[in-house]
Order: sequence, then C-alpha cells, then structure tokens
Amino acid sequence: MSEVKYSKEHEWIKVEGDIATIGITQHATEMLGDIVFAELPEKGSSVTKDGTAGVVESTKAASDVYTPVSGKITDTNQSIVDDPSKINEDPEGSAWFFKLKLEDKSEMNSLMNKEEYDKFAKETSA
Amino acid sequence: MNVKKTQLYNLHKSKGAKFIEFAGYEMPIQYSKGIIVEHNLTRTKSGIFDVSHMGQLFLKGGDDLTERLQNIFPTDLKKLNINQSKYSFLLKENGGIYDDLILTRLKDGFIIILNAACKYNDLKIIKSRLKDNSLELNEDVSLIAIQGPEAKDILEKIIKNVSKLNFMYGNNFDFDNEKIFVTRSGYTGEDGFEISISNKKINDLVNKLLDLGSNLIGLGARDTLRLEAGLCLYGHDINENTSPIEANLKWAISKNRVNESFPGAEKIKNQINDGVKKLRVGIKPNSKVIAREFTKIFDKSNNEIGTITSGTFGPSVKAPIAMGYVSNEFSKNDTEIFLEVRGKKISAYVCKLPFYKKNYVKESINV
Repeated sequence: MSEVKYSKEHEWIKVEGDIATIGITQHATEMLGDIVFAELPEKGSSVTKDGTAGVVESTKAASDVYTPVSGKITDTNQSIVDDPSKINEDPEGSAWFFKLKLEDKSEMNSLMNKEEYDKFAKETSA
Repeated sequence: MNVKKTQLYNLHKSKGAKFIEFAGYEMPIQYSKGIIVEHNLTRTKSGIFDVSHMGQLFLKGGDDLTERLQNIFPTDLKKLNINQSKYSFLLKENGGIYDDLILTRLKDGFIIILNAACKYNDLKIIKSRLKDNSLELNEDVSLIAIQGPEAKDILEKIIKNVSKLNFMYGNNFDFDNEKIFVTRSGYTGEDGFEISISNKKINDLVNKLLDLGSNLIGLGARDTLRLEAGLCLYGHDINENTSPIEANLKWAISKNRVNESFPGAEKIKNQINDGVKKLRVGIKPNSKVIAREFTKIFDKSNNEIGTITSGTFGPSVKAPIAMGYVSNEFSKNDTEIFLEVRGKKISAYVCKLPFYKKNYVKESINV
C-alpha cells in the first residue's frame, strides 16, 4: 500500500517499502510556468529533510527543489534533465525527480495528505 | 501609488492572463497557454502585445522644433524623412542613458515613444531641455504591437494599405472613421507593426485582430523574444550608468552628430575615439544552465570581468541565452568565459547578436 504525501514546498512523495519517489506537484508546475531546466541530486549522495535537492527553472525564474525527507539518493530521472518540458506534462507521474532510501520513516508524519495539500495550495496561492 | 490598468485589462483577464505589476501598471505576464507557446506563436504566426503603458509624446512644430530636438538627441533628425522612425536615446550629460526611445518625424512634428518606467521622468527632462512646460504625454491613446510573419496580412484586412509601410516608417491610417498612427516596427525580431489608437477603439481593434486568428502575448514572451533578437531592455541591459557606446549601440548615434552638441556628446566622442572599458555582448552557456541577470562573469583565471544583465532560455534558439557586460578585452566572439551560477562556475562563450535571425520586411514601398 503506497500513499502519496505532500510538502509545503510543493513536493510529492510516494513510499514503497523503504524507497521514496519524489517530484514536484501539478500545482507547483502551474505556478512555475514552462519549465526549461532541471538539475537533480547526485546518485549516492545524502540529502536532509527540507534541504535543497535540485533546481527547476522556468522561462521566468529559478526555484529550488527541496526534499521532504532525509535519505540516500538511489536513482534520478535523467529524462526530465534531457527534456524538462516533461515536468509540465506529467509532474506527478513519469516526471518524478529522484528516489531515495528513507532514513527515518517518522519524517513522513509531518507531511500532508492529498486533501490537506489541495486545501493548502488553494489557500497559499489565493 | 495606485496600480493602473490599461484599456485592455478586462480582455486580458478574459483570456486567462496572469498579471504582474510592471512600471506601475497591472500587466499580463502570460495567458493560459504559457510563455513558450506564446513565443512560438509570435515567431510562426502572429502575436498582439498590449504596450499601452508606454509613453506617447506628440510634439507639434516645424523646422524650429526639429532644430531644438536635434540639440537634445544624438540623432540627425534633420536628415529623417517625413514618417521615418529612428531608435535613439535620452542621454545624461555624462553619456549615461535616461531612456531608449523611438522618434518618428511627422509632417507637423514628432512622436516619441518612451519606456513605461521612465516616461514621467523623461517628460520632465524633455520639458526642461526644450524649455517647454506645455508638453504632456497623450494618455487618451493606447498602444499595441502586432508581430510575426502573419501580422502584415492580418492587419491589412483591417487597415487598408498598411502592408505598404516600410520598416521603421509610420503613417496615418483609417480605422472605423478614426485617424490612427501605425509604424512598422517592434521588439521581437519579427516583422510587425505598432499601432497608436484612441482608448475608445483599442478593444474593438484587438478583438478584430483576435477574430482573424492573432493571439494575445504577455510580457514573459515579449522578454524571451526581444532577448533572442538581441534587443536591450531598459533598466537591465542599459541604464543611467551605461553609455550607448558601452552598450554596443554606436550604430544608433548618427555619425555626423558625433562632433556636434547634445547631452553626453563629449563622453560619446571620447569613447568612440579611445574605446570603452566594458562592452555589452551576447553570451551562450556551453550547457543547459541558465544564467540570469546579476550573474557574475569570470575569466579562466577566476578574475571577475563582468555581469549578466539579461538571461533566459530562448525557446526558438532552444538553449539558454544571455547578454551582459564584459571587460573590453573579453568582448571578442568565441572568447571563453565562466558564469557563477549557484556557487559553480559554468563555461560559456561570447557570441554575436542576435541569437535569432530577424525577419524584418525590406521589399515594400514607402507610402
């Protein structure tokens, strides 16, 4: 059973076993506009909850991508580096950013579920 | 200060515009299709830009006015044909740029189009230099541009004979029993027109253009289009601390005016003769990394040699592009330079402008 959770920095995270897949939300891509550049963390590197773990740039501006949980990067999605427009097309599916091995599953507890995130996104963009 | 709205505000809103405040106006940065689609529509079809926030200054007068304007601009206005437009500058005494602008000579005067953020300051300076306190910006007229390969045919359907205009010429035309002023010019690197029309009729005109298949384009795509075309954005690529010579815009200073008198003349003459310390150049990163405004530029020995003034992803170039100032000795094409982005130095090279080749019209007959 894998539940998708969301962060206040507009990342989504899906956990299967102790591996988490992380990307940015549809709402985030709508705010950013056309994404033209993506930079991912290095495979094997360690990232810390709420630390930066990548960059996306739209035609307008650059934004950091944060990791909502700590862990060691096990995989990155090179296809979004080669063609960043995929992030606009399928942000919560095939255009995931990176996978990591979870360090502390309890970090998931502070994240929002879909309903909470949708409400949060609506309130903060109003 | 109250944020102003142009006459087209409600139309922008109805087309899904996202707004930003720009120069005291609420302006559309993009519509629902997004910046890249809007950019590509302008390059392949046509796009309509609301530039009503820009200043429109109409000056009435004959040879005496030409003479007086000649004293405050670095352009040979006496040599301009009637209805001819020229890119020029309002200069500081030290050669810095108060604003870049377009002057058009008319039978009975001049029209000057000023940048939105500068227009009230420009007016003050022009009033004082011309010693004419009666001058006012015309706020009863709006301004739009229509740009792109289809602009000519679409506009011709509404404004008869407009397609006969030459590039950088203007004239009066009829629209719905109103005399409007149209120039063949723009800020995208595409063929196109700029249309000055009453606030009352601007919505009607734009709706007609939309019905004929044109598209509204926001400031976001306006920026990617102009940067691909190598055109300067005032307040970024040029400002009060850059001279036209440093900005590599010497071509806009009339040759026979260099030894004459106008504000900034001495500095410009010296810079033409002695060279400049910094120069505006085109810059292309050797990777997909985008270097934005204020990015520091270094040589291979890690000496700081300049700053990026505009940088984005060029949708038609399909690569990151930038402009900036570098020390003169690094201004040659193909010179390798390094840009500091997020703490890393990325390789880039100096390249010639524009990034995107222009499609300006040349063949038509002047009317």
